[in-house]
Amino acid sequence: MDGMGKMQEIGLVVFVKRDCPTCVMIAPVLSEILQRNDLKVYSQDDPTFPEGIDGVADDTALDASYRLDVEIVPTLVRFENGREVDRTYGWDRAAWEKVAGASGLGADLPDFKPGCGALNQEQDRLAELRIRHGDTPMVSRLVPLGEKEDAIEACFERGWSDGLPVVPPTQARVLAMLEGTTRAADEVLGLMPSNLDTCTVEKVAINAVMAGCRPEYMPVVLAAVEAVLDEDYCLHGTLATTRFVGPVVIVNGPIAKRIGMNGKGNALGQGNRANATIGRAVQLAVRNIGGGKPQGVDRATLGNPGKLSYCFCEDEEGSAWEPLTVDRGLAAGANAVTVFAGFGLQGVIDDLARTPEELVETMASCLRAVDNVKKFPGPDCLLVVCPEHERTYMEGGWDKARVHKELMARMAVPADGVLRGVGGMAEGVKPQLAGKTVSKLLPDGLMIVRAGGGAGKFSGIIAGWTPGTPESSRPVTVEVKT
Amino acid sequence: MSLNDALLDPTGEREATERPRLARPASLDGLTVGVLDISKVRGDVFLERVAALIEERGIEVKRYRKPTVARTAPMEIQQAIVAEVDVVVEGLAD
Repeated sequence: MDGMGKMQEIGLVVFVKRDCPTCVMIAPVLSEILQRNDLKVYSQDDPTFPEGIDGVADDTALDASYRLDVEIVPTLVRFENGREVDRTYGWDRAAWEKVAGASGLGADLPDFKPGCGALNQEQDRLAELRIRHGDTPMVSRLVPLGEKEDAIEACFERGWSDGLPVVPPTQARVLAMLEGTTRAADEVLGLMPSNLDTCTVEKVAINAVMAGCRPEYMPVVLAAVEAVLDEDYCLHGTLATTRFVGPVVIVNGPIAKRIGMNGKGNALGQGNRANATIGRAVQLAVRNIGGGKPQGVDRATLGNPGKLSYCFCEDEEGSAWEPLTVDRGLAAGANAVTVFAGFGLQGVIDDLARTPEELVETMASCLRAVDNVKKFPGPDCLLVVCPEHERTYMEGGWDKARVHKELMARMAVPADGVLRGVGGMAEGVKPQLAGKTVSKLLPDGLMIVRAGGGAGKFSGIIAGWTPGTPESSRPVTVEVKT
Repeated sequence: MSLNDALLDPTGEREATERPRLARPASLDGLTVGVLDISKVRGDVFLERVAALIEERGIEVKRYRKPTVARTAPMEIQQAIVAEVDVVVEGLAD
């Protein structure tokens, strides 16, 4: 860098910018110092400033400012034997006289005037400087773009997209994304199926950039990725299946509100950046890091629209019930992400029920119909209860545990009504079960959360992959780390 | 390379950063060949001879023509080529 070699031999160095009134005010002081001492002046924004001083160094590229980590202009630094021994910033006559080793500086000036922010500390410029100086933690290889290649189109061409445009993962954007977590960029979260390639915080950050996340979503994205990497989730199986599922991401705790997630009206719909991009980031990470792509490892017959993104938060503030985190064994108020291999949304409409007893019959009958009314057992299910339905239960004195218990009690039916062939339908349970009772859900096959807008008696069932045996997929909850 | 001339690789880095060209088919047997005349002067003479030689081998040829050499092919022609043929021959001539 021009001038840096000399900088350390010079006694005094000062950084200024024309745009700073304090720098303009102290410009005559620089001439006073120059009459007695060597002084190298670096100008951040205009090498013709200060006028009347010869040899002002052009630091509009900000390299010298960056190397000395200048925070405020003016900053005056004293070197002795090549090492910095003192510095001051802004204008403080006494401090300047001490650093400069001179007295009577700026006699006409006030004793004190604060300085301005240095240009090298501005977020965009700082990121650019860190990248240019190699001061970043990223180790992923750079994929060069062609001279006339559009960055968004390039991402499509390279197979990195889920079918929608992605935000091109430039170094500056990934660096900013990594600022969203205190976790090291090289921390390994696990091996991502199906390729079993190493999934680092950095790789997740790159995919989070592409998904459109803000850096403050990173802790949630990382927790969700850790959750799908847990063996209980069975990521490879949920990809390779011909069934519909993808990761449904449920966020609990105060972090949901802090990052602006939506658990109220249209919670499972469009329009909220955090909901839309966190779920998408998880899916892009699966696709890109693990290679789980449609027509490849992902063998879904139909898939479901939620495989682009399926993420929402529980409306804890608006609900009287214990949150999902408590059901999952964490403390109330814990920040956590739960992933569930699920698909679609099956509406549960009951406008007329006014008692828990009536409403629970509707919900139970809808749960028993999942996949096929004669499929027993069916897949694990996530029941999303809307506020009006919660109120019906609460007014009747049923808490969430009671609702869960009453629903599970209604999952068992006589096998005779769902045997193969009954009702003209080939599907059904095996004839050996005649005379017995069969249950739609395994004992721990039902999770209940509360979300949705204040108006409407419209709850929903998100059905899962298969009955949640240890060989299948089980929901996984991971606490969010900063 | 300026800061925006390159992207960080989001993948497990199993494939080269440069995309390989599609492999040439070992044989044209059973394939449909497109011949795209880009409307360069006398290009049609050359390409018609190529098409005839291919057809002599009993291989189906479909012919396409860009309206002008000055512009890229209209989307209609691009889509027709993708949908109808397996390989394409185009030629530059003067």
